[in-house]
Amino acid sequence: MFSGFMLNAWLAGSIVAIVAGVVGFFVVVRGTAFSAHALPLGAFPGAAAARLLGVDEFFGLIAFAGLGVLGIAALGRRNRHDVATALSLVTLLGLGALFLSLTQQYSQEVYALLFGEVLGVSNAELLPVAVLGGMAIVLTLAFFRPLLLSAVSAELAEAEGISAAAMELLFLGILGFATAVTVPVVGALLVFSLMVGPASAARSLTTRPGPAIALSVALALVTAWASIALSYVTDWPVGFFVGALGAAWYALGRIVVRRVGEVRAPVVQ
Amino acid sequence: MDFLLKSVVAPGFFTSQPVITAMIVGGGAAIVSAIVGVFTVIRGQSFAGHALADVSSAGGSASFLIGVNPLLGFVVMALVAGAGIEVFGVKDVRERDLVTGIITGAGLGLAALLLYFAVRTTSTTGAAITVMFGSMFAISQSVAPLAIAVGFAALLMVGLLFRPLLLTSLDPELAAVAGINVRLVNGLFLMMLALAVSLSAITIGAVLSTALLIGPAATALRLASRPGIVLLLAPFAGLIATFGGILLAYDSYGWGGGHGWPVSFCIVALVLTLYLLASLVSRFGIGLKALDIEA
Amino acid sequence: MEGGDEVLGVADLSVAFPGHMVLDRVGFSLRAGEFCGLVGSNGSGKTTLLKAILGFVKPQAGSVYLSRAEGRQPSVGYVPQKIALDSYMPLRARDLVSLGLDGRRLGLPLPDAERRARVEAMLSAVDASGFAQERIGNLSGGQQQRVLIAHALVRRPKLLLLDEPLANLDIRSAAEIVALLRRISSAEKIAVLLSTHDMNPLLGAMDRIVYLAHGRAVSGGIDEVVRTEVLSRLYGYHIDVVRVHDRILVIAAESAGEAHEELAHEPAHVAEIP
Repeated sequence: MFSGFMLNAWLAGSIVAIVAGVVGFFVVVRGTAFSAHALPLGAFPGAAAARLLGVDEFFGLIAFAGLGVLGIAALGRRNRHDVATALSLVTLLGLGALFLSLTQQYSQEVYALLFGEVLGVSNAELLPVAVLGGMAIVLTLAFFRPLLLSAVSAELAEAEGISAAAMELLFLGILGFATAVTVPVVGALLVFSLMVGPASAARSLTTRPGPAIALSVALALVTAWASIALSYVTDWPVGFFVGALGAAWYALGRIVVRRVGEVRAPVVQ
Repeated sequence: MDFLLKSVVAPGFFTSQPVITAMIVGGGAAIVSAIVGVFTVIRGQSFAGHALADVSSAGGSASFLIGVNPLLGFVVMALVAGAGIEVFGVKDVRERDLVTGIITGAGLGLAALLLYFAVRTTSTTGAAITVMFGSMFAISQSVAPLAIAVGFAALLMVGLLFRPLLLTSLDPELAAVAGINVRLVNGLFLMMLALAVSLSAITIGAVLSTALLIGPAATALRLASRPGIVLLLAPFAGLIATFGGILLAYDSYGWGGGHGWPVSFCIVALVLTLYLLASLVSRFGIGLKALDIEA
Repeated sequence: MEGGDEVLGVADLSVAFPGHMVLDRVGFSLRAGEFCGLVGSNGSGKTTLLKAILGFVKPQAGSVYLSRAEGRQPSVGYVPQKIALDSYMPLRARDLVSLGLDGRRLGLPLPDAERRARVEAMLSAVDASGFAQERIGNLSGGQQQRVLIAHALVRRPKLLLLDEPLANLDIRSAAEIVALLRRISSAEKIAVLLSTHDMNPLLGAMDRIVYLAHGRAVSGGIDEVVRTEVLSRLYGYHIDVVRVHDRILVIAAESAGEAHEELAHEPAHVAEIP
């Protein structure tokens, strides 16, 4: 399990998990569940187009994730899941289906892109994944306090000279990077579970943001490693384990909250 | 006229059995989805509809594995998921989005597993595509009777609960004061949603079914303000998109490459186009106010 | 005080949320056609009282009596402060009022001349005929309110409850709504309970007042209740009632904050002035 080609899987999986853990914490705290769900789905046709063109699928993912970021940002601040956004997303998904239908291995490729693949990241892709993932993490940590403050209250942030709109755009961008990195391994449909499950549990178990992020990353790593190992052993799809574990972490967080009696909101130092 | 018809419709369209089955099942799905979709949009439950569709894919996958009517698998799973959402309901909107997304993920993961088994143990190929993106021309004729029954049941429920549903969707407190059992109405609506979503899932796939649910509905809501008119326009729009999509996909087989475009993509593209047109029209103030005549 | 035509009776009603008493042994009654103001500052418990009467909140103690019309349903109309309106909602003002008549009925609505006539009459009674065809999402706050009042009244309830209807209106609109309600209340013998934090717009129209402070209530005629001694006893610290140019001002003393602490240890007094 630990030799040769599987080394790739462990490396890529670990990078993906760290990114998901860090970014996922802010997804939960900032309440951007819809964008986190939507961007991977929007990136899907990019990967499909890439496969069709014979180009490295990674570039397709980035391109369409970028388009998705611009699209969501351009449609303004919609806290509601506006019909236009939802319809555009579904059309992009349909477009992805179209591209894949024009390739040779329609069913296999649909499956891999939707539900993930243990060996989803090739050797050539390892460097871009590391770089992009690293950028996502560095940006998040660098803008840690403004992101947190604008999550609590846009007005408080403005009072401190932080543009809430800029933070939204920044976070969308970070989410875009994270999406491009995560989709190949866990699949477009399960990115959300990896980001949100561990982060929800972490948010419920600790009060301070620093330890919460650390815990979120730790749980995400456990999820990724367990999913890869179990997938290797049983040959079952990675996405299944990610979905199940994500739900388990979330449930854990909810049970703890009920015991304690209140949700612990992160305290800004 | 004849020439126009010949150039738009590829030969054999009206006599092909798969096409006829597709039109019946697809048409039924379009009508039911549009009508239930109107209430879904005004109640702001589009995300729930999306979630129900995704989770029902596990049921669809299971039916491939067991070898039963795929619609049955979708319907049962969607009903179970709907009951789950009602029982584990959360008040806060943010929290609700999180739990909906998590349940969706778990359901999709389960679908992944069942599809994996289906491919390994049975001889069906392309199960993933059929469940996720639909294979409209491959719908077996045996599905049609069940589809009609499911559709009829959903429409019957909407018809019976029409007024309580409107009032409850507007404001639960007003509905409660009028003596309506709001909890019951909400629960029954989730059942209707589950039925509608299953129908559109077997036609254009679980992942895309939201398009048939909210697209035509939103289109109609842009154009008209009377509830009766809206509930006539929406299925009309849905039928245009569905039949048009089927026609387009059928024609595309003749465009070279030996491989047609997926029906689901064609339908979804038409749904989006209709919505954008309606948005443009309504923005320029040309509403269908003339249709708001007194009955 | 039980009268043959008592429409609403609240007795010893107590509601507690975790940590504090929101309503503390509140009691009063309303008769047919009486116009009553439910007055209290924010946080005094007005909305909770209305919700308890409507059955949305379960009291820890006490009871609510509502007279019933024919059939088992209590005959109450309710106008909430605001309804969350979607731009997608496909309902015209006229449709909303119509739903007030038959919102409970199963099955598809068939055209009904009598129903239409009642809806038209109600719309004109609240001066809403001019915008009856508009989508409710496009109406102004004041217009929406008239439509909600029509919706609540179209079934001729015995009691009408309104939650802070004047809060977001300018003085002129507020006066119009009060006059409208008074007119309908007298003509149809409908009891009206209207909550507000400022009693002044109601001064000409009110028959009675229920004054809420810190969850406790005093009820009776305006001249009886809105007096320095009565309100001071209710609040538990000194209150000045000042009349200036037909308006009434209720002013709390400076040390009101500390006095409130002592209040918690005193047995509660509820006064009902016959």
